[in-house]
Amino acid sequence: MPETAFIPVNVITGFLGSGKTTLLQRLLGSPELADTAVLVNEFGEVGLDHHLLRRLDEEIVLLQSGCVCCTIRGDLSTAIRDLYGRRERGEILAFRRLVIETTGLADPVPILSTVMAEPVLRHHFRLGNVVVTVDAVNGLSHLEGQEESAKQAAVADRIVITKTDIASRREVAALRRRLARLNPAAPTLQTAPHLPLDPDLLLTHDLYELDSRSEEVRRWLAIENEQGSSSLPDDRHIDVNRHDARIQAFCLRFERPLDWTAFGIWLTMLLHCHGSNVLRVKGMLNVAANPGPVVIHGVQHLVHPPDHLLEWPDDDHSSRIVFIVKGLSRDMIERSLEAYSGLGASSQ
Amino acid sequence: MCGLCGVLGNEADWTHAPGVVFFGAAATWRAQRLERVRVANLILTQFGLSLADWEGTKYQLSNRTGRTEIVDNWAQVWQAAERILGRACDPLDPLLVARLERFERED
Repeated sequence: MPETAFIPVNVITGFLGSGKTTLLQRLLGSPELADTAVLVNEFGEVGLDHHLLRRLDEEIVLLQSGCVCCTIRGDLSTAIRDLYGRRERGEILAFRRLVIETTGLADPVPILSTVMAEPVLRHHFRLGNVVVTVDAVNGLSHLEGQEESAKQAAVADRIVITKTDIASRREVAALRRRLARLNPAAPTLQTAPHLPLDPDLLLTHDLYELDSRSEEVRRWLAIENEQGSSSLPDDRHIDVNRHDARIQAFCLRFERPLDWTAFGIWLTMLLHCHGSNVLRVKGMLNVAANPGPVVIHGVQHLVHPPDHLLEWPDDDHSSRIVFIVKGLSRDMIERSLEAYSGLGASSQ
Repeated sequence: MCGLCGVLGNEADWTHAPGVVFFGAAATWRAQRLERVRVANLILTQFGLSLADWEGTKYQLSNRTGRTEIVDNWAQVWQAAERILGRACDPLDPLLVARLERFERED
């Protein structure tokens, strides 16, 4: 089945009060997202998010359990299956995109794994961009003090800094620097009620859209050029108790072609052993005897099916892999992958 | 499904995803599978384990006392290895990496 036949699923997450619902409301008001179904999840007694979104009527399914996480992953799966069944029976609009808004305390990874790995859903849906909202006023303290907040930012494909109209420039600049260190591969946008919003950049431009694929890969790899500037002034004295302090992003480069067999064994082994600390892995590989680059993309224990690009975006044909990890040694990851790669037939 | 033993193949992991085509030494599906077993054994032997292809549909993972588990794919290989060993096989273990580097130099 061609990629275009799959329905993209976007996850919108962000810490409590960071403006997820406001962002969602604004996005759903744009004509580009007219055929979008929405799943929202309430937390606590008052389904505030639900009431704010009630005008969406038929396209909303409210999950009954408290929090979209491992324990109710079945509910999410059932809700998406039900939505898809109603779509196929013609009971609701044939939506072309699904957006899931999580609670502020949600770990987004179980939601991503439901879409990517559930036996039925993975044949009809594919994961799109994960959009994370971070509040300009309180975002920095959330990143430092709340593990969920740091993790949400680290797995994001797009980060939206909200409430910039009530924050000082200094606060916004400090937050941007922190986010750039935490997840330099994700474009960071700023929003406020008076600022325009680009729904295409946030939701529709992703790795699986032919038009945006090369640009997306180029964006990840730009991190390599920015690594020299990662020791920003506020990062010199990092408090080890900070939840985001042990998360680091880096790009590894391998000049010789990688052996696919050895690479696959290495990455499956790494993710089995350290998956919960490999928050993101994204890369463009020069695979031995393969004419174009191969794009890989994973979140913790989950890896998307690799994608072949027809041609290299530029003259640089070395393999480059971006890692966002928590508490793992960059040097050891590099050394280990080098050693494994040498075991493959193409290296001998 | 194998007509003789009735085994359903289930090698659904990202390294073998539909549409992933590779060229060179292991150009066919069968050759790729055997090459994976060969490379995996270079690593698993460091943990006292060995892997064998089973009818082209599954893998047999065994230790030196003969304890064996049958698994479908790579994620399951590492899960089974952890059950057999009582600990995870860590690719970042400095001793393991040093041995693999030595192996590469001597080869």
